[in-house]
Amino acid sequence: MRRTMGVAAASAVVVLAAGCGGGGPQSSGDQKLTGDKIVLGVLNDQSGAYSELSGKNSVAAVEMAIADFTAKYGDKAVTTDITVETADHQNKPDVANSKAQEMYDRKGVDLILDVPTSSAALKVADVAKEKKKLYFNIGAATTDLTGKSCNKYTFHYAYDTYMLANGTGKTTTEQIGKNWYILYPNYAFGQDMEKSFSTAITAAGGTVVGKDGAPFPNTSGDFSTFLLKAPNLNPKPDVLGTMQAGAELVNVVKQYNEFKLRDKGVGLAVGLMFLTDIHSLTPAALAGTTYTDAWYWNFDAKNREFADRFQQKAGTRPTFAHAANYSAALQYLEAVQAAGTDDADAVVKGLEGKTVEDVFLRNGKIRAEDHRVVHDAYLAQVKPQSEVAEPWDYVKVLKTIPAAEAFRAPSADCKL
Amino acid sequence: MSGFAQNTFNGLVSGAFYALLALGLAVIFGMLRVVNFAHGAFYMLGAFGAYVLLSEAGVPFWAALVIMPVGLGLLGMALERAVIHRLTKLDPLYNFLLTFGLTLILQDLVKLRYGVQSSPYETPSLLSGSVDFGLFDFPTYRVFILGFAVLLCVAVWWVLTRTRIGMVVRAATERPDLTRAFGIDVGRWVTPVFGFGIGLAGLAGVLAAPMRAVNPLMGADLIIVVFAVVVIGGLGSIFGSVAAGFGIGLVQAWGEAYLSNFPLVSQTIVFVVMAGVLLWRPAGLFGREEAPA
Repeated sequence: MRRTMGVAAASAVVVLAAGCGGGGPQSSGDQKLTGDKIVLGVLNDQSGAYSELSGKNSVAAVEMAIADFTAKYGDKAVTTDITVETADHQNKPDVANSKAQEMYDRKGVDLILDVPTSSAALKVADVAKEKKKLYFNIGAATTDLTGKSCNKYTFHYAYDTYMLANGTGKTTTEQIGKNWYILYPNYAFGQDMEKSFSTAITAAGGTVVGKDGAPFPNTSGDFSTFLLKAPNLNPKPDVLGTMQAGAELVNVVKQYNEFKLRDKGVGLAVGLMFLTDIHSLTPAALAGTTYTDAWYWNFDAKNREFADRFQQKAGTRPTFAHAANYSAALQYLEAVQAAGTDDADAVVKGLEGKTVEDVFLRNGKIRAEDHRVVHDAYLAQVKPQSEVAEPWDYVKVLKTIPAAEAFRAPSADCKL
Repeated sequence: MSGFAQNTFNGLVSGAFYALLALGLAVIFGMLRVVNFAHGAFYMLGAFGAYVLLSEAGVPFWAALVIMPVGLGLLGMALERAVIHRLTKLDPLYNFLLTFGLTLILQDLVKLRYGVQSSPYETPSLLSGSVDFGLFDFPTYRVFILGFAVLLCVAVWWVLTRTRIGMVVRAATERPDLTRAFGIDVGRWVTPVFGFGIGLAGLAGVLAAPMRAVNPLMGADLIIVVFAVVVIGGLGSIFGSVAAGFGIGLVQAWGEAYLSNFPLVSQTIVFVVMAGVLLWRPAGLFGREEAPA
């Protein structure tokens, strides 16, 4: 009850504020912006499992983009009135759906950013399509965003399951070992990842000698049955590929170390991992593990410069999701600047087929066919503890995967 | 064969956690008629406490193994005095709601301070190797957990059956009114027993820290299975909870190993067993048929 009243009161304030602004002296009419301003909406998980890898610090990254844009254009900027709205979707599709509608309809949001959790991400894509407003997804992995659920107003920015499987599956098979044992959480994301990995491994000349779907959620927290099975398979796998995420990934890695599988000749590859996961497991627990990263903060001087500024603001090093949120907000503002309007159709027209280069997007291109934003990806390996020279500098990049190879070709399922 | 032995061993290790948690729940339910939903949260606090002690004060695992159960036991006693005993005369649902609320508060407080990412905790160096059993080798830490849990269960059993305190607790659990009629002050044992149950949960948490993800929700994930264990063993039955704890650990491990082609079965097997037991013996495997007075 109290919560409802709080929301009602907050909404009333927003409506009043919007009403006053609209009638006030700000409306000059010479700029073609709705409400004479740009509003960016960050819709993500602010309290749950994904709140540290993106969450509130993604909002900080978007604020950095606004500051950089304003500093770059000064008086020539299409507007200096750029604000950020945020909401917590709690990783629930229904909450994401209603928050997205509220953002577009009532808060005057021009662009929704982030939205981790695939099921929630797909809901927001539907809302964007219906409202004809822009949506840059960063946090979710599903390829459906640029497949059967693609639409004119939705762009998929940072990564997807194909990129992860192709990078880790292919390169690890070529460079580390051909025989794989795949362990995946038995639900939509895990099954998707298992299929993508198996395809990538086989295509690279490797073999999946065994695969198991572990219960999800795994209430016992125990994966030892699978970890014990791995080294005894015939032929013996060279690599254990785990598709678990978050706390389940932590359990798998802890127990992988307990059973000393690395000493038994079974390396570890992780389907999806963020910098924050390595931090919580410690690099010692993960040393030698390979995974695909969309961006790494200490890859070169340009990334590092961004990471230093981010640390000043947020107090921690950025994950790839943070950098991608920064980049997405910046590229949107650039597109509005170029178009001279925040009209969604005009902005989409300017974005389609555009080649882009910034701190996150290297050799970036916004594909017109399916709105997949392609860019260089990186095969990364966790350093041994002895090589970690400073906090958060946990990985070395083994190989840059060129933008043209990192993502799948436009899907026939996508009709914009 | 060695595969079967390994899976069995793992099942027993998982079972050790279930047994320690279920044992605490059983003594609390027996003495107070309170279904303590906050048990998982205290398990989480045990693990988090060990992490905080190590990372912020350099207190090693062995010291945490004593400090956390004692500290949480005292906290549990304070909690029992402050709130829980006020509701014991009402419908059990009230305490269920109260402890559920406590769980949410404790989880969110930890979340507020330490976030949702799992926190690192290393296996103590003394136990980081592995033990060779001939047919297979096994992580020393797991062997330690199993031995420690079995020892603890035996000790609790000894206290309950061979000492005067144990006799009072058992009598009060089974026939509280009759025990009072003999002039025994049941009330003064209620608070220590609650604290003891909470202490066991904290102990299980410390033991879990090196091998499980330490995060605010670790107890919430586990407690559902532990409730199934308690129901299977018979609510309030001390021996039943321990036996069912180890039994369910085994069933889960074997299910994962030999029914992995039927993921739906291996995921739900605990609850299938629970449903079966309830149909066959509604009071649980070791519970008494009659309803408590």
